[in-house]
Amino acid sequence: MSAWYYERGPESDVVISSRVRLARNLKDYPFPHRMSRQQEAEVVGIVRDSILNNSKSGMEFTFINMNEISPLDRQAMVEKHLISPEMTESGSFRGLLLSSDEKVSIMINEEDHLRIQCLYPGLNLAEAWQLCNSMDDLLEQKVEYAFDERYGYLTCCPTNAGTGIRASVMLHLPALIMTGYIKNVLEVCAKIGIAVRGLYGEHSEATGNMFQLSNQVTMGQSEQDIVESITGIATQVIEQERMLRKELYRQNPIKIEDTIYRSLGVFSNARIISSEESLKLLSDIRLGVEMGIIKDITIEKLNEIMLKIQPANLQKVCNRQLTPEERDVQRAELIRKLLTT
Amino acid sequence: MLCQNCQKRIANVHVTKVINGEKFEMYLCEKCANESAYSNFGAPFDMSNFFSGLFGFENPVKYVTAATEETRCPMCGMSYSDFMHIGKMGCAKCYEVFGPRLQPVFRKLHGAQEHVGKYPRRMFAGKNASREIQRLKELLNQAIEREDYEKAAEIRDMIRKLEVE
Ligand SMILES: [Zn+2]
Ligand SMILES: [Zn+2]
Repeated sequence: MSAWYYERGPESDVVISSRVRLARNLKDYPFPHRMSRQQEAEVVGIVRDSILNNSKSGMEFTFINMNEISPLDRQAMVEKHLISPEMTESGSFRGLLLSSDEKVSIMINEEDHLRIQCLYPGLNLAEAWQLCNSMDDLLEQKVEYAFDERYGYLTCCPTNAGTGIRASVMLHLPALIMTGYIKNVLEVCAKIGIAVRGLYGEHSEATGNMFQLSNQVTMGQSEQDIVESITGIATQVIEQERMLRKELYRQNPIKIEDTIYRSLGVFSNARIISSEESLKLLSDIRLGVEMGIIKDITIEKLNEIMLKIQPANLQKVCNRQLTPEERDVQRAELIRKLLTT
Repeated sequence: MLCQNCQKRIANVHVTKVINGEKFEMYLCEKCANESAYSNFGAPFDMSNFFSGLFGFENPVKYVTAATEETRCPMCGMSYSDFMHIGKMGCAKCYEVFGPRLQPVFRKLHGAQEHVGKYPRRMFAGKNASREIQRLKELLNQAIEREDYEKAAEIRDMIRKLEVE
């Protein structure tokens, strides 16, 4: 099993990952927030069986009952972007179908009955959409969706109705932030209806210079058009980021190298390090790797570190609950270990 | 007759409202009529509520009469004011029941009121293919226009394949 973050994707010098998710509901059940326990269990069963008893996907899926795994395991999945934070709330019967490569996750009874999500490394919305599309077809062979010829796929929140698609790209934009030009990007995005968020979704601040671009409009445009327009915008942002990196380096190469190597020095030698500081340093090191200044560390390695040092995943690696103080010590130790293997 | 809103006091005010082009007549008591007049300024909506703000209708008057507030979805029991409070639909049927009133919501959210895109494949067998063929034919014309015959041949093959299916 190799998870997506062990792979290198297109434009990986700026783009971390691409994600497409489709919101779907079953016709004969009220939406999750109006369902009885009994109905929740039925929907979970129907969706689970239609995937597990279907060999056509060509993929291996594991079913997880969200109530049967620990809060720590749930949190670790949120950190890996496999599920949304809503999925960790207990009280409802929720399920997850996860492909063995962790590229596909199908959330059952989130805000909608189904959230089909495909995650790819680098800039690759087209493939993520294709995979989502075929998973959607596969499911639709077995279930009847809530669909209306006028309004499209009917979703719990009207903000998702129509195609039910959310296409998003996670970008690393240190040069745009350093130079302040990120403001222009944010302004343009706001004007053309593209949402910009931080590393952990809806309301989070940008952490470690990571930004997520995604479509807001889901009606009146085809999935293809939405995927293409987000890819197009991302491509322009990537070009600007690359140009600024080059320009910054041209103006003062020694200063850029100094920043990068200082961060690498602290990152690989610290004995106590917080999650926040790690993400900040990781951004500098990533920039060094992306610009070819640091040559003996790969992007894939940095992706792996970025995920494993998050609080829940760190505790999973250590196999026990840790106090915040213990975490900072264990995090520093894990970083040193991962950098030398 | 009794007030159609509170069913307690005598109705002595005749109120007429137009909702989605349909005329509604109501007989209210003085108290309810005053409250309804007051409500014309938006009071029955919890304006601090994010969704009401987001969906901010051009003319809230249309949606505040007692008659419309009683309308409930027969499948899940949601009322339109429930929707206004939580910003969520209760079930697929809600879209049918509250559909006409959702137009401004969709226009505001998406700048569109109609779905363009995928249809469920099994439910609408053929429909997806014909839409895809339509899209490819446009691409074909574009390719021919810019004299990219290699691309045009490629697209033509794709169209043939779809037409066979
Ligand atoms: Zn009254
Ligand atoms: Zn309903």
